[in-house]
Amino acid sequence: MARSVALRVLQAVVIVFLVATFTFVLLHLAPGDPFAARAEASAFADTGLLEQHRRNWGLDQPLHLQYLRYLGRLARGDLGISFSERRPAWDAIRERIPNTLLLAGAALIVDFLLGIAIGVIQGIRPKSRTDDALSLVSLTLYSIPVFWLGIMLVLLFAVQLDWLPAGGATDAVAYPSLPVLGKMWDRLVHLALPAFTLGIVGAASTARYERAAMLETIGQDFIRAARAKGLDERLVVLRHALRNALLPVITLLGLSLPILLSGAVLVETVFTWPGLGRLAVESIFERDYYVVSGAAMLSAALVVMGNLAADVLYAVVDPRTRAQ
Amino acid sequence: MSMSWLRRLLRHRRTRLGFGLVGALALVAALAPVLTPYDPTTQLDLATGQLLSPSVRHPFGTDFFSRDLLSRVLFGGRISLAVAFLSVFLSVTIGTVVGWVAGMAGGILESITMRLVDAALAIPRIFLLLVVLALWSDLGVMALILILGLTSWFGTSRLVRAEVLSLKEREFVVAARALGIGRLRMFARHVLPNVAGPIIVTATLGMGHMILIEAGISFLGVGIQPPTPSWGNIIREGQELLAAAPWISIFPGIAIVVTVIGFSLIGDGLRDTLDPRAQ
Repeated sequence: MARSVALRVLQAVVIVFLVATFTFVLLHLAPGDPFAARAEASAFADTGLLEQHRRNWGLDQPLHLQYLRYLGRLARGDLGISFSERRPAWDAIRERIPNTLLLAGAALIVDFLLGIAIGVIQGIRPKSRTDDALSLVSLTLYSIPVFWLGIMLVLLFAVQLDWLPAGGATDAVAYPSLPVLGKMWDRLVHLALPAFTLGIVGAASTARYERAAMLETIGQDFIRAARAKGLDERLVVLRHALRNALLPVITLLGLSLPILLSGAVLVETVFTWPGLGRLAVESIFERDYYVVSGAAMLSAALVVMGNLAADVLYAVVDPRTRAQ
Repeated sequence: MSMSWLRRLLRHRRTRLGFGLVGALALVAALAPVLTPYDPTTQLDLATGQLLSPSVRHPFGTDFFSRDLLSRVLFGGRISLAVAFLSVFLSVTIGTVVGWVAGMAGGILESITMRLVDAALAIPRIFLLLVVLALWSDLGVMALILILGLTSWFGTSRLVRAEVLSLKEREFVVAARALGIGRLRMFARHVLPNVAGPIIVTATLGMGHMILIEAGISFLGVGIQPPTPSWGNIIREGQELLAAAPWISIFPGIAIVVTVIGFSLIGDGLRDTLDPRAQ
């Protein structure tokens, strides 16, 4: 167990290194650089000054030297500098992480609660009318573009009904002066729409997965035994079947991370949510090299760690896998 | 035999519904110039024709530039479907070749390739696309198809490699190798027919994914560039006018949902028919 975990951590390091190299090459191959992108936006661009900036940041050096220096800094835990914000890239990234984790975490809760509920109801009575109807529902949810769902929810709950805010993580004007409880409420109210948007779309695949897991469990001998000894059907489903059918969903926890992060890019854009995804989008347009590669490395690391965590968790809850 | 195959495929009402939806969409997209009297990029009347709500003349209304939204959605559909089809074709081809080569070669080449595939799969795909697309701005549609295809084959290569690995051990393949059959002939005669099923299923479901992805990047402003309509970039334009003209974002979204449902239904039906193990 410990050996396989160590091996996976090593793999994760290799993957993050590959991602760093890949984004470095892409960013430097592309036309334009951080200063050209900013010069375009400004009428006062002085070419001499731009050259000076490039020299200062080492952008005039040969690519392989820049790459080696970049790797050297990475090895020391330095992601580089954000050109547009004139501070370490890690600082720009770090302050966005809590927002993205909050959004992804809340979305994951919606995703799993809704998805498991749908899947279990389907799995109890396969091929029934309810099963058919619900699989059509999850198919439809699966087919909705996440950003469009967000816009439609804004149209309904923010524009038409005016119940919830259309965007942002907090109320820009009122938030600083709110009492603690008021602040929490404000955050919750702003979180509701983006989290539901992201969670609902994810629930579709969770439901599919859980339905299959439930079907497999219900067909097993110990369920027949539980029924044969006259246990209440509700008890059979909740105590015997569900507990076992929840196991495969742990794997989903790892699998849904990349989908959540991809979705977060779009959802954060729709809801102007100050998270990692929006930072990445903005930084790409500004050619802010090190923020982009830092965000890419971070999300790759999250994905790999998510998979690892799922495997370890699986081994903890399912004794059968530990023996192997 | 082929008839019974088709009958088995069309046995399910859902699969028939899927074929119906996709067929109708393809037909409507193909006949777009006949179905609508307006050009999708012509600004009809900037003085009085802006943001008209849906009516008999403009069933989907008009947008900020007084363009007919029905035409934009229909022509946008042509673009979205064509882009998705071509990039899925490209990605499935690359994925099949890479998976086959890695599976057959084994050893170092295989492990390096598959580790690279792991790394690529670890980056959220939209991230990968954003980096490439945003950096080379003003790309044409062909370049977009190329990039979408080149960034989507990782999953297919894994699938094909797994199939190849299990096929390699099967007796008929071992026998064919013992008889000294060439690699390409082996691929064409023995490998391809056996992986064709899963590949067709992946490609069909991939159409749905690709339509969603193209819509997503066009929504972010780095995919299909206006004034050329695509479902994603129409929604992008509509978001800014959500309160004044909600129809701009509503209709293209419905088009996406219906299309993706159609491809998913066909894909599920194909999987049940071609790959009994999956159920």
